[in-house]
Amino acid sequence: MSEPRVLPQLSLADNPYKVDYPLLVANPELAFLDSAATAQRPASVLDAQRSFYETMNANPLRGLYSLSVRATEAISDTRAHIARHLGSDNPSEVIFCRNTSEALNLVARSYGVDHIGEGDEVVISIMEHHSNLVPWQELCRERKAQLVYMRPDDQGTMSEAEIDAKIGPATKVVAVTHVSNVLGVENPIAAIAERAHSVGAVVVVDAAQSAPHMALDVRELGCDFLAFSAHKMGGPFGIGVLWGRMDLLSEMRPFLTGGEMIEWVSETEAGWAQVPEKFEAGTQDAAGIYALDAALTHLETIGFDVVEQRERALTARLCERLAAHDHVTIIGPDDPEAHIGAVSFNLGDIHSHDVASILDMEGVAIRAGYHCAQPLLTWMGAGSCCRASVALYNDESDIDRLIDGLDRVWEVFHGHI
Amino acid sequence: MDTSSLYGESFMDHVANPDYKYEMDAPTQTHRGVNPSCGDDLTLAIRLAEDGTIEEAAYTGSGCAVSQASADMMSDLMIGKTPAEARRLCQLFGQMIRGEQSDDNLLEEELDEASCLKSISRMPARVKCAELAWNTLDEMLLHGGKDA
Repeated sequence: MSEPRVLPQLSLADNPYKVDYPLLVANPELAFLDSAATAQRPASVLDAQRSFYETMNANPLRGLYSLSVRATEAISDTRAHIARHLGSDNPSEVIFCRNTSEALNLVARSYGVDHIGEGDEVVISIMEHHSNLVPWQELCRERKAQLVYMRPDDQGTMSEAEIDAKIGPATKVVAVTHVSNVLGVENPIAAIAERAHSVGAVVVVDAAQSAPHMALDVRELGCDFLAFSAHKMGGPFGIGVLWGRMDLLSEMRPFLTGGEMIEWVSETEAGWAQVPEKFEAGTQDAAGIYALDAALTHLETIGFDVVEQRERALTARLCERLAAHDHVTIIGPDDPEAHIGAVSFNLGDIHSHDVASILDMEGVAIRAGYHCAQPLLTWMGAGSCCRASVALYNDESDIDRLIDGLDRVWEVFHGHI
Repeated sequence: MDTSSLYGESFMDHVANPDYKYEMDAPTQTHRGVNPSCGDDLTLAIRLAEDGTIEEAAYTGSGCAVSQASADMMSDLMIGKTPAEARRLCQLFGQMIRGEQSDDNLLEEELDEASCLKSISRMPARVKCAELAWNTLDEMLLHGGKDA
């Protein structure tokens, strides 16, 4: 490991990053606080997408001419880039999908069907996004297996006792989110993986909410599969990444079948291509994959350490300002430092949809509702809630706008602040 | 913010001081409508007069301001209407909310205060909130049975 470098001290009032984002430049009055749903895209990503079609557009993999070779290289270069980023020494462990949901469905189907049977257990956490919940719920129902939930304490912390109690001899898969899209807390993946491996289970990590905010290393996390989406880290819609251990991927059955994923086809059967192509049926969105490469480069050029430092500071400030508001109740940990990227809250007894609609009139964009984590909010007895989330292109003025906007919402409902 | 619009003065008055939010004695029909995706939950009640018109309309339940104000405005509008007329207004409201009918004069004349919800047609995530009371009434009158 190299020495940690000294990061530049940057005030949250300064914002040298916004200028890279055309949508934010074109809408200076917008306080965009919904990056946990999808991030804004830097110009370099938009340029890359266009550049692919202008300079290397051809069907990848199959063409025997140089343009197609260039398109194929765009995919393989990105694959290698992502493998390096994740700490994998084998680019073939990186599989391109549509999004995190598809990646998790791939694991549930291609791994789950052959490894989960009657009486087996799949362990997930109550804070899973529906993407990492419904595929396992369906699999368990079909296989007559048990779906077991790990539950955090009232500060969102998953204790060692809870991990040890829920992961046991019958556990075959542990599927858990790295960072909760509602509570904003980070789960102890390494500890969960250690326990899971001690009972012979594999670990699937939903990294949709962590990949945009921190550099990930699959060896440090100790997981067996990890999934994330390009669009939450400044890349295009429609591109997801699944990383998996090669020994597991090699023995798994395909997910979707058809073109590109076969070695040969006869009238009665087919032989599969090697990993990763085995899991990439049909023509890939090569332009989108090429643009994801640019998104990763954008974050690396700034430095993931700088990104993480700024986003943690912004999230902590957001949490402190919300907690200091007379009528706001935070849903999640009291410690502002424990929130990564997102803070969920309610404003008095005002419905979250009303809060979001009035904030929209004030130029503030947040998410409201169940955040695709209905079992979590039901378990917490919280109903729907508001969620504000940040990325590096936000600054203090966006948080000020949110707090002023909440005062306005309160005034609409109660006639005074 | 325009006071005659969504979250304006008259809209918020229906939220803060609803005229029709109460449990009705001896209703002719009741019907419950729920939006599971956002938690809006309404039970509508109507009583028909001997001439077949709606003489009383009321609702109970909980939900966002849009669902509640919409139910209150609708209840006010329905007094004195026949079930057929009420269903026609429910359809018209749906057309307004889906952006299929945008004639302001017609909407104000027919839907009265509820026409202030027109801007919902540009807020797809709120359409279900606004429509809940009207869809519930329309369904109740279509089936004509007591189900509560």
